[in-house]
Amino acid sequence: MNSGRRVAVAATAILAFAILAHFANSFTILLLTRALAFAILAMSVDLLLGFTGLASLGQAAYLGIGAYLTAILATRFGFGLGWDFWLVIVLAILAGAALAALFGLLALRTSGVYFLMVTLALGQCVWGLAYRWDWLTGGDNGINMPGRPKFGISFASDHVYFYLVLGFFALSLLLLYVLVRSPFGKSLEGIREREARMRILGYNAWLHKYIAFVIAGGLGGLAGVLWVHANGEVSPDDLVLTTSVDALLMVVLGGAGTLVGAVFGAGIVFFVRDYLSTLVPWWQYVLGGVYVLTILYLPGGLTGIPQRLRRVGLSSSKAQKREGAADAPLGKQVSPSIRREL
Amino acid sequence: MGAHFWLIQIFNGISYGALLFLVGSGLSLIFGVMRIVNLAHGSFFLLGGYIALSVIAATGSWELSIPAAALGVAILGVGLERVFLRRVGFDVLRQVLLTAGFAFLFQQAALDIWGGDFMNITPPAALTRSVVVGGLYLPLYRVFMIALAAAIGLLLWLVLERTRLGAAIRATVDDAEMARGVGIDTQRISVVVFALGAFLAGLGGVIGGAFLGVYPGLDFEILPIAFAVVIIGGMGSLGGAAVGALVVGLANNLGQALFPALAYFTLYAPMALLLAVKPTGLFGRE
Repeated sequence: MNSGRRVAVAATAILAFAILAHFANSFTILLLTRALAFAILAMSVDLLLGFTGLASLGQAAYLGIGAYLTAILATRFGFGLGWDFWLVIVLAILAGAALAALFGLLALRTSGVYFLMVTLALGQCVWGLAYRWDWLTGGDNGINMPGRPKFGISFASDHVYFYLVLGFFALSLLLLYVLVRSPFGKSLEGIREREARMRILGYNAWLHKYIAFVIAGGLGGLAGVLWVHANGEVSPDDLVLTTSVDALLMVVLGGAGTLVGAVFGAGIVFFVRDYLSTLVPWWQYVLGGVYVLTILYLPGGLTGIPQRLRRVGLSSSKAQKREGAADAPLGKQVSPSIRREL
Repeated sequence: MGAHFWLIQIFNGISYGALLFLVGSGLSLIFGVMRIVNLAHGSFFLLGGYIALSVIAATGSWELSIPAAALGVAILGVGLERVFLRRVGFDVLRQVLLTAGFAFLFQQAALDIWGGDFMNITPPAALTRSVVVGGLYLPLYRVFMIALAAAIGLLLWLVLERTRLGAAIRATVDDAEMARGVGIDTQRISVVVFALGAFLAGLGGVIGGAFLGVYPGLDFEILPIAFAVVIIGGMGSLGGAAVGALVVGLANNLGQALFPALAYFTLYAPMALLLAVKPTGLFGRE
């Protein structure tokens, strides 16, 4: 598919989604809103994992800083519930980016498995502050929001708020799409594939990774604002390690390095967690099972299925040469860089 | 806050460190040998506690529950390693995510089997008393935890330093490829180490069950703390795990007492800094 068609397909899908959502019940609409807000975080993880080759286990930190900033401004200063909501959006993006700029200085000194560990530690730092710094964050109980913003129209209704989140989601997707197709994005992929070679060619690999890390942080901050307004509250539970693990798993489930894969991943996880969990008590087996099966049998994720099918259609001799695609590394490009570092 | 207070805090920190050593040493060995970031390690800890509860309910014997739980978890670990982890080869990301998927599965299984209530493992009455040392009332159970961790640590050290198997494990930690080259069956070493790591985590779960409790969510609470132990000490080093456990245990207790608002921050921020400056930890080898 060429880029024009891709954008057209994505735009049609989002438009169709917007129309269909109009008829969704209040339960479904909230589920979709939460999934879309989280999908922004998942896409930011994909920018790092799928395009830059950095597997972060601490992305919840940026969601957290955006969410807590929004909640603290709203509850303490009554700020961000009118037109100044847009200022909160800007502030949260800046706060997420600033936190990533700080954390990136530490995290990007490492690579591979140590990068996983250092991002885990940094994520836990933010969780620890949210959990124990009671007077600022409300500790264990978190912060309840006084309500959703109202400017021109009120976003108190879940249906109306959904469209706001959908708008931000579409904008983030477009921005990331433009970014990964830009020369900068291509350099990121080059660094993912062969960092040493890119350095020899004169690229500042560290700076490229750092900028990607900061952009991902800013997107996380944005996701946090939308997340806290969707739920009406924020607590340390939103920032736990499993949130970061979830974001990473969503990307891999959908297919790393595709952006839309992260969105599918988020959709499936929220469907299982928010909807299936109301029907059956064993929903977590489904989620865990989907994760395990994807990692074992679908290294390219769901968006890699068409490619897998095409490959199966090739002559068997060729297929055999590939030595079983299940053994190919995740997202076909992600891991060589990680493996090489070890 | 007098000397008395600080001594108690230090004692508590050391005893918590003893528990962390049991969890962290296994995680560290698994990482050192297999380069696996095992996100299911907290699940091993939790399942150890639950299995012990079932054994105690069935037999009434706390003493029996310790080996039963540790062995049960070790068998589970062997299964996970043999059937699943081996299939994804040396791909770090897939290994990590696979263990995460299993952590979710174990979480649900534990919830189904043992329910969602907070439970406590009751040690024998003999261990619930306190001893008085120099005017300090020390709970005997915490003394027992320290003694057990020291004994296990010594045993592990003897195995690693004085046996053929230990030499093979150390060789695999240092350079798996060379180890294979000189004829060490690193696959066998991997499964032994994974079983040992799971065994120690399960053991920690029983011992910690009387101290932290046994409840859903404990798995992902203990996991990052165990990682802090491993990181600070250096992955793949037994001595490192011991020092890391002591540092984290003390930092945790003193941190809670001194700056309650920053309690966890004081634990994870040094971990992140250390990783950035010296990724191999204080005692890890390059």
